[in-house]
Amino acid sequence: MQRQILALTLFVIAILVLAACAAPVAAPAPAPAPTTAAQPTAAPQAAAGEPYKIGFVTSITGPASSLGIPERDTALMIQDQVNKAGGIKGPDGNMHPIELIVEDDASDASKATLAAKKLVEQDNVAVLIGSSGSPASLAMIETATKNSTPMISMASASQIVNPIAERKWIFKTPQANQPVTAVQLDWLKANGITKVASIGVNNAFGKDSRDAMNEQFKAAGIEVLADEVFQPGDKDFTAQLTKIKGLNPQAVIVHATPGEGAPLTVQYHTLGMTAPLLHNHGIGNKDFINLAQDSAEGVMFPIGKLLVANSLPDSDPQKAVLLKYIADYGAFTNGKAPSSFGGHGWDAVEIALAGLESVGPDRAKLRDYFENNVRNFVGISGIFNWSPTDHVGIGKESLVLVKIKDGTWAFVAPDQYKMTQ
Amino acid sequence: MTPDQLFQLFIAGLTIGSIYALIALGFVVIHNVTGVINLAQGEFAMLGALIAITLTSETPLFNRAFTVSWNLPLVVGIVLATLLVMGVGALVYLIVIRAARTDSVIIQIIITIGIAIALRGIALIIWGTDPYRLPEFSEGPPIHIGGAVLTRQDLWVIGSALALFILLYLFFQRTFIGASLRACSVNRTAARLMGINVPHMMLLAFVLSAGIGALAGIVIAPKTFMGYDTGTYLGLKGFVAAIVIGGLSDERGAIIGGLLLGILEILAAGLISSGYKDAIAFLVLVVVLLVQTTGILRRGTRREAAGV
Repeated sequence: MQRQILALTLFVIAILVLAACAAPVAAPAPAPAPTTAAQPTAAPQAAAGEPYKIGFVTSITGPASSLGIPERDTALMIQDQVNKAGGIKGPDGNMHPIELIVEDDASDASKATLAAKKLVEQDNVAVLIGSSGSPASLAMIETATKNSTPMISMASASQIVNPIAERKWIFKTPQANQPVTAVQLDWLKANGITKVASIGVNNAFGKDSRDAMNEQFKAAGIEVLADEVFQPGDKDFTAQLTKIKGLNPQAVIVHATPGEGAPLTVQYHTLGMTAPLLHNHGIGNKDFINLAQDSAEGVMFPIGKLLVANSLPDSDPQKAVLLKYIADYGAFTNGKAPSSFGGHGWDAVEIALAGLESVGPDRAKLRDYFENNVRNFVGISGIFNWSPTDHVGIGKESLVLVKIKDGTWAFVAPDQYKMTQ
Repeated sequence: MTPDQLFQLFIAGLTIGSIYALIALGFVVIHNVTGVINLAQGEFAMLGALIAITLTSETPLFNRAFTVSWNLPLVVGIVLATLLVMGVGALVYLIVIRAARTDSVIIQIIITIGIAIALRGIALIIWGTDPYRLPEFSEGPPIHIGGAVLTRQDLWVIGSALALFILLYLFFQRTFIGASLRACSVNRTAARLMGINVPHMMLLAFVLSAGIGALAGIVIAPKTFMGYDTGTYLGLKGFVAAIVIGGLSDERGAIIGGLLLGILEILAAGLISSGYKDAIAFLVLVVVLLVQTTGILRRGTRREAAGV
C-alpha cells in the first residue's frame, strides 16, 4: 500500500511537471490589419519568383511571452507590408514574396531546439530568426551551426555571439547586457553611489546581466552587497527583498522581464523600500507599467531609443524609422503600444530581408552578407555595424536612460543623471 | 538575520502558505468524497481571479478583439466570479468525471490533468498570455510591526483563509449535508445504504472545491498577479501541502501542510539561498513520502480505519 501510494504520488508529480511544461494551445493569430485587404496593386514589373522562407522562433506563450508576442506581431506586419507590395526583388531580378514560418517555443529551450530543427531541416528556411529569450536562443545555436544556417537572435545574453570563433553563423539584434550595465554604472557614478544590492532571474539572461554587473561594478569600486536570485515564474520576492532591505544599499539593481519584474517592483514598494530602483532593458514594454502601476513610478532603466522616440532631436538618424514603426505597429495590432522587443524583431527581419534582396536564399552567402555588408544599418535598437569581430554591432551609444514618470517613459539626459535631493 | 527580518519572512510565509492551504483543502475535499485527485485545482484559482478581474476592471479579451468594462463593485465581482467557477466545477463533474465513474482512479486522475490543460488553454484564448492585476481590497498604507511590514492585502489573505477554515469546519461538523459528505468519505457504500445520495455529494464536493479554489486565487491576485499559467504553480504547491501532513485525506493536515510549506519555502529562500526555494519544498515531500507514505498525521487512510 505504501509503495503504491509513493509510486502514485511520484507519477502524479511527473505528470504535473510535464503538464506544466506542455505547450498549451497555440495563441490566436493576431487581429488582421484594420486596413482593407487591398488586392496587390500595381503589378510588379518583374516576374514572380518562388517565396523566400524565413524561420521565426519566438516565445508566444510562457514567461517570455511579453517579449515574443510583439516580436511575432512585428514580423507578421513586415511580411504583410512586403507581400502587399509584391515581395522583394531578389538578385535574379524576380519579385519574391516572403514566407514567414512562425514557431512558438513556449519560452522553453528544448522546444526552441525542436522548432529550429524543423525549420532548418524540413522547411529548409534560408535564415533562422529567434528566439525571444537567451536560454532558448542558446539552445538553437547548435542546430544553426551544424546545418550552416545563419541565425539572428533577439535575446540579450552576450554568450549567444561569443566566443565569436564558435559563433560563425550567429548574430543578434538587441544590445548585449554589458553596455546596459555601463549606462547603469554612469548613473551610479554621477550620484556617488558605492553600495548596491542586486536581484535577478536565475536563467541565462539574468546570469549574463549579473556577471556584467559584478565585473564592471567591481572595477569601478562599487560594492555589490547582495546578489540574490529568483526562479523564472516566481511571484513572491519577500524573502530576497527582506534580505536586501536589511543591508541598506544605496540603490537596487534588478535583472528581470515584466512577468516577474512587475510584482517584484510592487513588493519592493509595499515593503517600504525607498532606495532608487534600477532595472535593465528587460522591462522595456508597457506591460510593466500597466502591471506595476504606481509602484513603477521612479523606476529607471537603460533602453533603446524607441520608447522616447518623440523626445529625440530631429537630427537623430533613427527618429524617422522609429516613428514610422510606432505608427505601423499601432495600426497593425489595433492600437498596441510598441516595445523594444518588437524593435529587436524588426531589426532581425529587416536585416534578413536586406540580405535576401542582395544575395538570395543561399545560406552561406547570406552569412557573409551579414558579416561584411551590414554597415550603418538604421534599425530600431540602434545603427548596426556587424563585422567579423562583432555580431551585435550596437553598443552603449544606442542606449538611453529612461525614468518612468506619470505612467510613461521620460528621457533622462546624461547631464541630468545626478539626483536632486 | 535580525528578528525583524525573520518576522518579515514569517509573515510572507504565512500569507503564501494560507493560499497553499486553501488549494490543499480543495484537493482533500474532492479526494475524500470521490477518491479522485483533482489536478485542475490550481486552474480553479486561476479562473476565479481572472473572472473577478474581468468583471471589476477594464480588460481586453480575445487578443484585444474587444475590451469589456463592466466595472462592477469588487464585492459583486468576487461573489459572481466564485459562483461562476463553482459552476465550472459542477460542469467538470457532470460532463467529465461522472462519465468516467466506472474507470479506475488512476484514469480519473489522468482525466483531471486533461481538464487542467483544457482550462488553461481556454484561459489562454480568452485572456492571452499577459498577467493581470486585481486592485487591493482596501486602500491604505501597510501596517508596521517593529521593523516588519504587513500589507493590508496580507491581512485579507490570512483573514479570509481563516474565515473559510472556520466556516468549512462548521459546515462539516454542524450541518446535515456536511455530515453526509463526511459519511461519503468514511465509507461510500455504507453512506448509500443509509440513504445518502452519493452522486449528489460528489457533485457538491466538486462545487465546494471549485469555490474554495476560486477564492484562493482571488485573494492572492492583488499580490502576485494572475495569468493563464499561474494556476499550475499554485496547484502543484497545494498538492504537496495536501499530501505531506494529511496524506490527502485530512482537512486539518492540509491546512497545517499549506502553512508549513509556505513558511518553509520563504525561510529557505531567505536564510539559505533563493535558488533553492522550490527544491527544498519538493525535497521535504520526497523525504516525508519515503518515511511515511500516508502523511505525518494519519497512520492509515480513513477507509482502512473503518475496516473496509
